Amino acid sequence: MNRLSWLHAWLMLLPALAMLLAFTHIPTLTTLWHSLFFPARGSEAAEFAGLDNYRMMLEDDVFWQALSNNLWYALGTVPTSIALALVMALWVNSRISGRTALRLAYFTPTMLPMIAVANIWLFFYTPEIGLFNKLLALFGHPGINWLGDPDWALPSLMLMTVWKEAGFFMIFYLAALQTLSRDIYDAAALEGAGRWYTFRRLTLPLLMPTTLFVLVNAILNAFKLVDHLFILTKGGPNNASNLLLYYIYENAFSFFDSNYAATLTAVMLLMLILLALLQFGVLERRIHYR
Amino acid sequence: MLHKGKHLLAVGLTSLAATAAQAKTELTMYYPVSVGGPLTQVVDGMIDQFEQQNPDIDVNAIYAGNYNDARMKALAALKSGQPAQLSVMFSIDVHELKDLDAIVPFDEVVQTAEERQWLDSFYPALMENGKVEGTTWGIPFQRSTIVMYYNKDAFRDAGLNPEQPPQNWDELAEMGQKLVKTDADGQVQRWGAMIPSTGYPYWMFGALAKQNGEVLMNSAGNETYFNKPAVVEALQYWSDLGSQYRVMPQGTIEWGTLRQNFLEQKTAIMWHSTGNLTAVKKNADFDFGVAMLPARKQFGSPTGGGNFYLFKKSTDEERRAALKLVRFMTSPEQAASWSIATGYMGVSPASYDTEALQEYVQTFPPAAVARDQLEYATAELATHQAGRVRKLLDDAIQSVLNGQAEPQAALDAAQQQAKRILSRY
Repeated sequence: MNRLSWLHAWLMLLPALAMLLAFTHIPTLTTLWHSLFFPARGSEAAEFAGLDNYRMMLEDDVFWQALSNNLWYALGTVPTSIALALVMALWVNSRISGRTALRLAYFTPTMLPMIAVANIWLFFYTPEIGLFNKLLALFGHPGINWLGDPDWALPSLMLMTVWKEAGFFMIFYLAALQTLSRDIYDAAALEGAGRWYTFRRLTLPLLMPTTLFVLVNAILNAFKLVDHLFILTKGGPNNASNLLLYYIYENAFSFFDSNYAATLTAVMLLMLILLALLQFGVLERRIHYR
Repeated sequence: MLHKGKHLLAVGLTSLAATAAQAKTELTMYYPVSVGGPLTQVVDGMIDQFEQQNPDIDVNAIYAGNYNDARMKALAALKSGQPAQLSVMFSIDVHELKDLDAIVPFDEVVQTAEERQWLDSFYPALMENGKVEGTTWGIPFQRSTIVMYYNKDAFRDAGLNPEQPPQNWDELAEMGQKLVKTDADGQVQRWGAMIPSTGYPYWMFGALAKQNGEVLMNSAGNETYFNKPAVVEALQYWSDLGSQYRVMPQGTIEWGTLRQNFLEQKTAIMWHSTGNLTAVKKNADFDFGVAMLPARKQFGSPTGGGNFYLFKKSTDEERRAALKLVRFMTSPEQAASWSIATGYMGVSPASYDTEALQEYVQTFPPAAVARDQLEYATAELATHQAGRVRKLLDDAIQSVLNGQAEPQAALDAAQQQAKRILSRY
């Protein structure tokens, strides 16, 4: 009986496991394997490189720049979009007229495809004819070469990312807010707790499971969402807005160096695993699940 | 009864045709589009015509995004064992496609003397990127050069002769300064000129270098000349247009929005691909002209755009069919209508002798500028490991235009790294 239920459990897991193996775990292992070879030339077999690709990476200035850009990018987009999402969720959760329209409005950026949106933002950012500089001109500012100035290219990407992501995270917060019971709020009101106190001591802790989920997603997205780079900056000018995944793409598909791309992928994967461990390990303990 | 018989006959014939269809040679071809306009329809139209003329060949033409995407999709298809017998890809991919052992030279596929002659029927400047050491690997199809678009109304407005666009670097700087228009607050309303520096900065730079009498690489694609004095001077001039003469905004200028800038009269002059000609013609609500790029020591522009390549993984029969298709697509008549529809060049002198193109050039002289400039044209930057080498130069150019580096230092560094990459070839 025991043995049968054991078999049963494995059979139930099998389909998902097979999919994960085929599309996640085996490709991951092949990537690691590929990162140990030099690129094959023509029909010759690839030559074993050992750790040479990793050594090359350590000397690669563009890699370091992409990495540091990526950390700034994460730092710039993750807290901002989460905070914004929470504010928006609280706002559209309150009893105001036109609530549905407002929710829809906040969610719209999420529904639009990234590439299409980037094509529109490209024109927003264009110095001479773009929306942003027209707005600045109202205040007598001469305007900024948003995507063409190395100091502004990355912040410009961040701005669009926050705009795109906040609405998505808002949905999760909104769903969580609606599951919170009125009773505890009534109790808090009876005790005479102020609005800020209620938010800080009740709402925020109760939302922590959602925050963890959103945080994990936001950090992952900061590393894996590069669609807009293809349209907006292509990593330029002079790598000022190059991000790790985009650099991996460049290596794999512009430089035909899938082995070096595999090397970079391995490093990125390692980083993401560490980040995930950190998040689950540290934050999970401080979260109260009901 | 008779009707029924006819009907039966018709059914019989249809099924016969169906069996014949199974014996058809099937060709798959990927092609890119990287300029504006509904070009996929034009290609589909050409393919339809070809299929009508060659009922035994079935062509599956797949639009595959920009040049990078097209190369990727074609190579991925080959790797996965899906057949693709030919494709239009970036003319400068030739060395890498060779290194990957993916393509066969046209010399191996042509058989008759007439076909061999056909190989020589194109403009030599357009063959520079397709020929490596005397062997023809690519046949020109959607080819362009850089030309100078200028706003004649703006020239009149600035008191310049609209029929005399700048002929050399000094004139470009001088006229450019006159063309800059500022408002009462000193903010620029219209720039003198714009040379795009994202997307394909190395391409624009190839023009400046050539105008200063220098090329960027050798034809074997294993040496670059990024830090030769004349090349450094060219980058200095490009940077000066922004920082010293102030005819161009500083920082990089976006390739993708430049045409719109020109159409909205935010710049009086733009350097851009001839591939934009038809789109500018359709959308400009002012009087515009097209001229050759200005000269320093000489006129000059690199060619650009896509070539036909034949893939190695194909049967003899497929190669012959593919050759037939390439010959059709580049025939004078097709090249002429393609040129009219897009602004790309007619690829052979014969295409400019066709009635259609002659008439078009007469009614719309800008269409001939790219052809006339071919005399001074050179190959586009193409090397082994082209993506890497190109990026080195692109980054160097952008760092100078952004004021992060001096031309000499930036180009020295790029040259040194390119040399290291190319030392294996």
